[in-house]
Amino acid sequence: MKPTSHAFSDNARRALNDATLQQALAKAGVGFVDKRRAALSELPEFDALREAGRAIKDHTLANLDHYLLRFEQQLVTSGGQLHWADTPDEACAAVLDICRKAGARMVAKGKSMVGEEIAVNDALEAAGLEVVETDLGEYIIQVAHEPPSHIIAPAVHKTRAQIARLFEDLHHQPGLTRPLETVPQIVDEARQVLREKFLAADVGITGANFLIAETGSTVIVTNEGNGDLSATLPRVHIVLASIEKVVPNLEDASVLLRLLARSATGQEITSYTTFFTGPRRRADADGPEQFHVVLVDNGRSRMLGGAFHEMLRCIRCGACLNHCPVYSAVGGHAYGWVYPGPMGAVLTPLMVGLDEGRPLPNASTLCGRCEEVCPMSIPLPKLLRELRRQEFARGLHPPRSRWALAAWAFFARRPQLYRWATRLGTRLLNRLSGGRGRFRSLPFAQAWTTARDLPAPQGDTFMAQWQRRKQP
Amino acid sequence: MSDSRAAILGRILQALGHAARADAPDVLQRVNGHARGPQPQWAEADRERFLAKLAKAAGTHATIASHAGIVHAVTDYLAAQYLPQRVCVAPHPLLADIVWPEGWQVESRRARGDDRIGFAVAFCGIAETGSLMLLSGPESPTSLNFLPDDFLCLLPEDRIVPRMEDAWALLRAERGSLPRATNIITGPSRTADVEQTIQLGAHGPRRLHVLLMESAAQA
Ligand code: SF4
Repeated sequence: MKPTSHAFSDNARRALNDATLQQALAKAGVGFVDKRRAALSELPEFDALREAGRAIKDHTLANLDHYLLRFEQQLVTSGGQLHWADTPDEACAAVLDICRKAGARMVAKGKSMVGEEIAVNDALEAAGLEVVETDLGEYIIQVAHEPPSHIIAPAVHKTRAQIARLFEDLHHQPGLTRPLETVPQIVDEARQVLREKFLAADVGITGANFLIAETGSTVIVTNEGNGDLSATLPRVHIVLASIEKVVPNLEDASVLLRLLARSATGQEITSYTTFFTGPRRRADADGPEQFHVVLVDNGRSRMLGGAFHEMLRCIRCGACLNHCPVYSAVGGHAYGWVYPGPMGAVLTPLMVGLDEGRPLPNASTLCGRCEEVCPMSIPLPKLLRELRRQEFARGLHPPRSRWALAAWAFFARRPQLYRWATRLGTRLLNRLSGGRGRFRSLPFAQAWTTARDLPAPQGDTFMAQWQRRKQP
Repeated sequence: MSDSRAAILGRILQALGHAARADAPDVLQRVNGHARGPQPQWAEADRERFLAKLAKAAGTHATIASHAGIVHAVTDYLAAQYLPQRVCVAPHPLLADIVWPEGWQVESRRARGDDRIGFAVAFCGIAETGSLMLLSGPESPTSLNFLPDDFLCLLPEDRIVPRMEDAWALLRAERGSLPRATNIITGPSRTADVEQTIQLGAHGPRRLHVLLMESAAQA
């Protein structure tokens, strides 16, 4: 998708004025937060697991080349095929090539954030294939022609009434309507429609939460079972994964799975956790004949060993989104690309460029809740500050704030002048307020004064008062 | 594609200063060491823990004394759910010589889109989370675990292990390597994609029913 992150302020303003969206966001936020808290309170070992999880990721990243090669070797031994892709275009080309060779017409797709990142649906559709998202949330946004607004709950911004209307328009022939109001009715309708697709699809595409170097396996974590159907019924299974997903062995994955489910949905484990290892064996009764893993870099190897290295520990649980005051107020679409919230504010500028993603690191109060809840202890505020620093160093700030900062710096470096100027300013503002002590409106500060008054400075500057009171 | 492989590995190498190898000794040691992370603890017996967690995940169960109790337990379940006596059964040795009641339609094969009831055998159960582990293979088609509305699963009680790590140890000891699909299943299929309301039976089974078999000895 074409990013609109540069327009964050406009996007956010629109989101804040969208009553339906606000209704949906209000409902979602508390649910996630409460469920996670309850799950953590039942597991005294959580902090120990968090330490262990972080250590696993740090170790793996420090030896990433070894583990990727080990993964490749084991995958090939079990009959799978690995496709390395440096860019989104290469990844899409690899997927398309596999589909073409298989003579595929329809693709059933499980949820994959890497798939969103490389926009694989667009590529497949442009080549004339039918692509059906099978995760209910992904299906809803696919038929609504919208991007996901949350990394684990893609349709969290939609209300039940909106979904019902979408389905009615799409599935119901005139005179052939089914009741479609309650949640069970909506879920059942999707179940019926999508079941046909699973059974007809030639290729199934899923994501991967982890890759196991020990066995060459890929892991998916789901609740609906759509990923497993996509991976089992079609003739070909393609896994989209990124390079930082690899972990050494099954024991390591077990540690991370305990952290992931609790941080994401507050579950101890999701309904389905599946390890795929190669294509169907000769005597198997079902399963795909081909098993492909498309391994995507898309800027990750450039993060390795640098200022954003720690971001590669991310397991995409979504906890930082759910606990972010900015995300909770404006929702995911305002961030303008695939990854929203604090993790998205770090990843988006790194993946689509600092020019496009510039507003995102600034759209944060740096309150630190994200780092607190992150199961991988990623210092998100520190990374956001680093992006702000780089942005300033590269001169990407808008001219007005650059001039203002430059002017401030000029005075700040000259204490005498600074004191004189602030004294002058204080008096001037006090006089201008007409002795009322506050401003109803002020040029250049309308954003503040439309909603509230700006207090005018009273008396003298701090430095002047300090000087005076120091005298006995 | 091989250009991309070289480019990606080259950048990693540059960042880490390694000479990349799939069989570096310390890497092999780490991979095959199977060291466990912190292990969650509980007070109750593994069987109780398993059943409590299964129930929490909206799974149900029936206890049977031995293999001879299977038909009875399945009959009860079908009656309680008002289900037709038409079952798709995994081609598993434990289910092979069951004598099903007259008039039942029982087929031993992979699942199809219109199968209402599937019946398979778990490789093991995991007490920590109330999960079942199923391994794909000739005797356990994966489609059976996901397509039917009702999924019945036989679990011999002595196959309940404490944690996921114990399941891996059992799998390595008994099978050596992983099958195509290793499914860890905890309760029926669910979704919360419509207004965060949990709804069972999204795409996979609407109900999951475990037959917990106390004695593994076959009648
Ligand atoms: S940054 Fe941390 S909290 Fe946010 S999605 Fe990644 S792992 Fe989860």
